[in-house]
Amino acid sequence: MPSPFILDRSSVTQVMAWVLAALLPGILVYVWLFGPGILVTLALATVTALAAEAAMLKARGYPAKPFLLDLSAIVTAWLLALSLPSLAPWWLIVTGTLFAIVVAKHLYGGLGQNIFNPAMVGYAVLIVSFPVQMTQWAGPLELTATPLTLAQSASVIFGGDVPKATLDAVTMATPLDALRTGLLQQLTVDEIMTHSIFGHYGGVGFEWLAGAFLLGGLVLWALRIISWQVPLAFLAGVWLAAGFLHFFDAGRFGAPWFHLFAPSVMLGAFFIATDPVSGATTPRGKLIFGFGAGLLTIIIRTWGGYPDGVAFAILLMNLCVPLIDQFTQPRVYGETKKAPPA
Amino acid sequence: MLTAILVMVAIAVVIGLVLGWSAIRFKVEGNPLAEKIDAILPQTQCGQCGFPGCRPYAEAIAKGEADINQCPPGGEEGVKKLAELLGVEPKPLDETHGIPKPKSVAFIDEQTCIGCTLCIQACPVDAISGAAKQMHTIIAAECTGCELCLPPCPVDCITMVPLAEDLPHWKWKHPVVMLKEVS
Amino acid sequence: MSRELFKFKGGVHPPEHKAESNTRPIHAAPLPKKLVIPLRQHIGSPAKPMVNVGDRVLKGQMIGAADGYISAAVHASSSGIVSAIGPAVVPHVSGLPDDCITIETDGRDEWIVHAPIDYRAMEPADLRMRLRDMGLAGLGGAVFPSAVKLDPGATHPCPTLILNGGECEPWITCDDVLMRHHADEILEGVAVMRHLLGSTEILVGIEDNKPEAIAAMQAAAQKMDFAIEVVAVPARYPGGGAKQMIQVLTGKEVPSGKLSTDIGIQVFNVGTAHALARAVHHGEPLISRLVTVTGHVLRPQNFEVLIGTPMHTLITLAGDRDGTTGVLMGGPMMGMPMPDLEVPVVKATNCILVKSNDLFPPLPKALPCIRCTRCADACPAELQPQELFRFAKAGDFGRAQEYHLFDCIECGCCSYVCPSHIPLVDFYRYAKSEIWAREKEKRAADLARERHEFRQFRLEREKKEKAEKLAAKAQAKRAELAAAPATAGAPDVDAKKALIAAALARAQAKKAEVAPKNVDHLPPDTQREIEEIEARRAKIRELAHQPLESEEKKP
Repeated sequence: MPSPFILDRSSVTQVMAWVLAALLPGILVYVWLFGPGILVTLALATVTALAAEAAMLKARGYPAKPFLLDLSAIVTAWLLALSLPSLAPWWLIVTGTLFAIVVAKHLYGGLGQNIFNPAMVGYAVLIVSFPVQMTQWAGPLELTATPLTLAQSASVIFGGDVPKATLDAVTMATPLDALRTGLLQQLTVDEIMTHSIFGHYGGVGFEWLAGAFLLGGLVLWALRIISWQVPLAFLAGVWLAAGFLHFFDAGRFGAPWFHLFAPSVMLGAFFIATDPVSGATTPRGKLIFGFGAGLLTIIIRTWGGYPDGVAFAILLMNLCVPLIDQFTQPRVYGETKKAPPA
Repeated sequence: MLTAILVMVAIAVVIGLVLGWSAIRFKVEGNPLAEKIDAILPQTQCGQCGFPGCRPYAEAIAKGEADINQCPPGGEEGVKKLAELLGVEPKPLDETHGIPKPKSVAFIDEQTCIGCTLCIQACPVDAISGAAKQMHTIIAAECTGCELCLPPCPVDCITMVPLAEDLPHWKWKHPVVMLKEVS
Repeated sequence: MSRELFKFKGGVHPPEHKAESNTRPIHAAPLPKKLVIPLRQHIGSPAKPMVNVGDRVLKGQMIGAADGYISAAVHASSSGIVSAIGPAVVPHVSGLPDDCITIETDGRDEWIVHAPIDYRAMEPADLRMRLRDMGLAGLGGAVFPSAVKLDPGATHPCPTLILNGGECEPWITCDDVLMRHHADEILEGVAVMRHLLGSTEILVGIEDNKPEAIAAMQAAAQKMDFAIEVVAVPARYPGGGAKQMIQVLTGKEVPSGKLSTDIGIQVFNVGTAHALARAVHHGEPLISRLVTVTGHVLRPQNFEVLIGTPMHTLITLAGDRDGTTGVLMGGPMMGMPMPDLEVPVVKATNCILVKSNDLFPPLPKALPCIRCTRCADACPAELQPQELFRFAKAGDFGRAQEYHLFDCIECGCCSYVCPSHIPLVDFYRYAKSEIWAREKEKRAADLARERHEFRQFRLEREKKEKAEKLAAKAQAKRAELAAAPATAGAPDVDAKKALIAAALARAQAKKAEVAPKNVDHLPPDTQREIEEIEARRAKIRELAHQPLESEEKKP
């Protein structure tokens, strides 16, 4: 094997491990503010993802060890788990994870070959197929009289016999849901915002969760695991689009800060849109990709049929990646005239 | 009704005129398709395809009179390129026309050569130098390895020598990256 | 330092490993018993051998002459007898043999008559020819004939001359040590370069991890009668690449597909300048160079080595150790594995790096590309290595070229940072050589087409001329008298056939004449045996001439 004969110490495992580590602040805040139920979801998604990954690798004739140890399946599982409602039933979690790993990842050729972000494909399939179950969010502890314990959460997730009253007491519409429902009822944004779920910027608790994701994302950026272009452009896209609408009709459109501090935007901007496999690769391409995803997020949130648009926005931009990459090839050293590759 | 028919006829006439005019105005000299096919063919001029040279074969393909898999020196890759150019499915080489061989050049055993000039007449690219009753020799750099000089030689003094890999012709191999388990 | 420095994009910081070998003094490697001197040591046409087997040659005698403009001569590195001229294994990754001249040394190390050159009194063109005949080629690794680089051309003045002491590859210290010990001579070489190129600005770029070399060069620069600026540049691989050095020192980029002289800059390695000084001031052709022997050896150090010395003698000299897993020529980033330790040191050999599993653990298995673009961030040519990889792997060479494959300098930064451990540079080398091979094939096909078309034209013309002649003849005959019928071409063909048959008979007779020489006066037993064998042979020959029926039936 010819040169080079030395390698940097980086590896796919290391990259993925950092992504998981950067998600930890978010998970901690999640547990602290919303109760330990998310841990059950994370564990279930992780186990399902690893099992599905191992089975698919075996079926496709690839060695299991290096590909399981690359941790990419766990990243997918965690991202999906964090996007799902925290009290989603177990079969929803399993179905979503299986779809993400088996269809979105391995049927497209496995690690590095998927054109769509697997976690977002899993999420999109679930929200399209099971819109009702996808709203079972546990409300922030601050607003809940009798929070669920870990055992109770597990019981809810695994379809145990939980009194409906208990469940109703903890589940709550997310701020985005509340905004959407309110707007459908012809309320103005200001009227909706008086609801107890809304905090300073986003929802009570939710804004802290968003902050934790932001922190994790900044760590990834500082470590050069992710580039600055995608998150910045994504956040800029969200902020500008939301700000533009809010500026013209503050009564019908949420404030830009509110949109930014919905946790899905921070998670999307720093952890999902930055997925290198399904994202743009050129510096300018990353800006376009991120900005487009941010813009689409607001468009879908405002006019689409679903409360949140991050997943669909990223999937739509995934579709455009080959085109974006082709037309944003940077100038190379010594290149004299601009000739776009045909 | 009549107006509609007249309008349609008028449109047809106008379009026809435009088409006719452009056919004359933008006429392409020669047969560009045959030209393109000829560019893909290896130019061995060996005639294994059943045509007297690469150009006639290219013209036959362009006219649809010959299949794309009749050229052994072009190999599977040549077939693939032709298929791509013509927008048809690639197919395996037709073995009745021969099988691909490693690239070789002819070599005349100068001890045995009687100087009959028959090989010179057979060579499609004039790569043999010599004269009547003079020893002949192959200009290796210009030999296409077509083997057409072999049958006419009355003393069988021509052999095909496969080209050995030397430093100037050495190529980097496709790196082998094994992801799958070898069962 | 007042000079404003620029940055090149990308680059990496591999562990330097320079301290192992740069503190020991330079030792001259002893004269080996056998020197193998390849004729192709430089870029361009290989040298043409000028000696015959059995000739006695003297040290410094030209044994291979430069063949063409882009070429350089090769010389006997010591006195002795030429024992072979022909293929031998050379330091190339393929392990293929190439033409070499082998000299059995006589131990007398007897110099040919040589004298300094008064370069100022010579015509520049003559001086360049002289340097070409002295075998000068770039010693940084690319071995481009120096005489060509020293020609600024009529239209390209070359105001800036950069002396490259970057030496960014890990482990290698030959330039560092050369600058520490021979700074004066290096700058004398620069004076010659300056004379030939007409440069007004002379810059010496040295990476800042070599403070001793910088100090030595600065001290030497003080003594010169022209201004030389010794510049410490930040150490970052591949900062010693010519294009990167130009960018750091001047902020200019060499346009793609052009030479640095097109923007008025020429770059030489410090070793080349030293060799030039030896050639001009001592009349010594390029027959030796500094070689770093390092890695898994007991005493890593630099040797002054005669070109043609087998590599294993140097490894033994530096103290070989158990657990060697291979030897590289060059550094770990761009070096090439050697097929054999018998291979000689050539002009391009800057380093012999001995590998072990501790120093160079086997590379981990590759995973698929995850498009993380770390390679793009590390690429000093500002390419998109992940795209090039995709195209090269798929055999889409056209797209690879559109994405500037040929601007890749094969520095290895992309492979170094790849978290999936993909041997990216391998794919680019493969794609490049595949493209070159195809271009060659295309040229050959075009030539064949042209020749074939001309032949068709010629045959057509001959036919027409013959027909015209025949018609004219026939008409003339008919005009004279219609008595004797004109002879057709048929007997002509018969005559030809007869001639061929006769020749065939002659050839066969000649063949038959070549009878075995040791068959006279044999005992009858042996004679009988021979006859039996001959009969069998005849039968086999007969069979061989008849095509096998079964074979014919096969599809």
